[in-house]
Amino acid sequence: MQKVTQAQLVSRARQLLDDGTVSRVLGWRRGDFSYDVTPAVFSDTGALERDFVFDVFCCANLSKYLIREANNDSKGKTLIFLKPCDSYAFNALLTEHRFDREKVYAIGISCGGMMDVHTTNALSPDGITGAECEGDTLVLHTLYDGDRSYPLPDVLPERCRTCGHGHAADCDEWMACEKTEPDEHPARYSAVDTLETMTEEERFAFWQEAFSRCIRCNACRDVCPVCTCEKCVFDNPKSGLENKAAADLFEEQMFHIIRAYHVTGRCVDCGECSRVCPQRIPLHLLNRKMILDINRSWGAYTAGAEVGQRFPLVDYRTDDPEASVRADGRDDK
Amino acid sequence: MKCYPHSDLTALFEALSQTAPLYLPTESDNGAVYTKYAAGVTYSASSNTRLSPKSFFFPQTEDLVKFRREGKSVSVIDERTEPEDFILFGVRACDAKSIDVLDRVFLSAPADSYYAARRDHVILMTMACTRPAQTCFCHAFGIDASDPGGDIACYRTEDALYLDGCTERGQVLLDACGAILEDCSDDHAAVTEQKQLIRARTERLPLASLTTDGFGADALDVLFDRPEWETLSESCLGCGTCTFVCPTCQCYDIRDFDTGHGICRYRCWDSCMYSEFTKMSAGQPRTTQMQRFRQRFLHKLVYFPANNDGMFGCVGCGRCLAACPIAMNITKVMNMLGGKEES
Amino acid sequence: MQINEQNDFRPTVVAFCCNWCSYAGADLAGNNRLSYPADVKIIRVPCSCRVNPMFLLRAFGRGADGVILCGCHPGDCHYTTGNYFTRRRMTALFSMLSYLGIERQRMRVEWVSAAEGAKFAAVMKAFCETVRELGPSRRLEDLRCRK
Repeated sequence: MQKVTQAQLVSRARQLLDDGTVSRVLGWRRGDFSYDVTPAVFSDTGALERDFVFDVFCCANLSKYLIREANNDSKGKTLIFLKPCDSYAFNALLTEHRFDREKVYAIGISCGGMMDVHTTNALSPDGITGAECEGDTLVLHTLYDGDRSYPLPDVLPERCRTCGHGHAADCDEWMACEKTEPDEHPARYSAVDTLETMTEEERFAFWQEAFSRCIRCNACRDVCPVCTCEKCVFDNPKSGLENKAAADLFEEQMFHIIRAYHVTGRCVDCGECSRVCPQRIPLHLLNRKMILDINRSWGAYTAGAEVGQRFPLVDYRTDDPEASVRADGRDDK
Repeated sequence: MKCYPHSDLTALFEALSQTAPLYLPTESDNGAVYTKYAAGVTYSASSNTRLSPKSFFFPQTEDLVKFRREGKSVSVIDERTEPEDFILFGVRACDAKSIDVLDRVFLSAPADSYYAARRDHVILMTMACTRPAQTCFCHAFGIDASDPGGDIACYRTEDALYLDGCTERGQVLLDACGAILEDCSDDHAAVTEQKQLIRARTERLPLASLTTDGFGADALDVLFDRPEWETLSESCLGCGTCTFVCPTCQCYDIRDFDTGHGICRYRCWDSCMYSEFTKMSAGQPRTTQMQRFRQRFLHKLVYFPANNDGMFGCVGCGRCLAACPIAMNITKVMNMLGGKEES
Repeated sequence: MQINEQNDFRPTVVAFCCNWCSYAGADLAGNNRLSYPADVKIIRVPCSCRVNPMFLLRAFGRGADGVILCGCHPGDCHYTTGNYFTRRRMTALFSMLSYLGIERQRMRVEWVSAAEGAKFAAVMKAFCETVRELGPSRRLEDLRCRK
């Protein structure tokens, strides 16, 4: 697929700003080391030309910022560039009426996979001062080892290596792509499958180790495009659940179970939760398990594939399987 | 100064762990983490630990006191026991300095007895940083990575480890391990050479030009209403990642947990980035994320020095640079706001 | 005499019973003098779908060894469709807990009508026996609540 370039995005954004179609642009701002890209709102063309960046490090999903940028009080339209995975979050937010579609100008863009800070740093622990991508080769400039190059498809984070997202949003405009159906990657559930085949004890040990690393920074919740409650139960003193730092394993489990349960059937599998976790907890494995079991128990369903879907947990059929039936068909161990 | 003349540190760790439990950085899937030494545990020299050592003194959660009601009387139970001595090995200059910052908060009167008890029992063995990371900027706060301080400062070369006892406690520990250590001169050539190397490398770091110009105790009026805060904070998620990986962030909350048969009063880390931070009957004093974001950075760069003889509340360890989900951090704040007067 | 620890263990079982069917079923079991283990602690809820996943987690956290949800038979819900939602929610929750390594046999959903006093007693007897064999629940326990 032809890749869209930074120059194309900047020039189109500039046109739309200049002719008054949009009053601001949601995009990515250049960082100090080229891989530390920050989501940003650009409202003047000077800043756009100077700081707007689009390259292999623009992993952040911008859809959630529409809640703030495109509501009843917003003046003018916001331009958003949607990568394929972002488009599902866009639809899911729209389904829940979390932003006003009339206040948004959406442009669908192509994506060949995105690197994130943690994945990049893991490649070379010794100081990456800069990076660039030429074709499929990722070149890292390091402090002590000179330049190092990697084949991009091999070093992408798991969420991009197993990406099967189509482009689901009804965009106002398309650049180097079009609306497409998802095409499930064969390895999407392989890590889930490995966990399912373990014994209960092994699974418990796996998650206990993972959750014990949790520092309760709430980044997984705060970045999640479908975690949009105005007041999260974990922040609400009246919920009986409020806690700021997990005191013991129970509270660690509680937080992650409730977080994953709350997005069950709504999770668009964008993988942001795992990306932002400073403790590298593979949270997407919990979400993917639920996506898989929803498909098994109640039929194929892709959250965010279209606007106006009925989420599986607020839906039912009279012939649904009973709760005691294991969705994966495996025996209890 | 003492010299441990081997590249394999196992014998030293064995000797140290004989005197007290020893914690040292080891490699894990999750980067370097502090691990209690036991046979087979190997020291990771690669990069600084993903989380700072602050939790050794100021754990993420800790029980303060328990209450139990029997009939009409309430008993208050303090379950604390006297902590034992422990050794922290491989602490970098920035983290060693961060403990001074924490001391300012917890040990100034009235001293926090929970913190003080653990602080009194640590022997800090620091390590000079020979390979500072691209995110390091400790030099901006006057910290010398080649002179890490602590009770014992260590310098590791390819074939030896040089140990400099900086305090009396450090000397006592070195004497206890005397059997495997050799005496050497205080200005040993290998150490001097390493110090020069570290200083040269520090000067070449990408953030080498970062300074605290424009910040400090008197900068409040200039900085508080700067319009750039809106730009800097616009994509902040309001998560607590930066505060929890920070070695100097020390805000906490105290809460009561109803166990069903009593009350457990505990304290836990809190983050000024949270909507519920310092919530009072009138609500949270900082109602927008921009205000909360500004609070965090002004606390480190203005309020803390104002109350602590000019000492900054940041040590430049660079953890927040690597951890922030949206890659917004204190160096970007300093670059945008520092070094110039309001135009 | 030897005391077998396993046999001596009396589990704590929490049963969430819907007001309209299962709670009445429990009543009927009592009226008919059917015995079932006293380990069962019944909590009456307006409908089985009132049970939020947090209820189960909290029960386990505070010392339950097993949690059972009882509601009207599918199609017979007093509120027409509540128990259909219960079924989906608990399918998802049990699946997630099992994936996290929590013993799946410690949680169950059963449909018990107001006329099924005998079924109520039998279900409770069987569930308590299953939980008793599993032993004390430790994986979702909040240690602070342990006496």
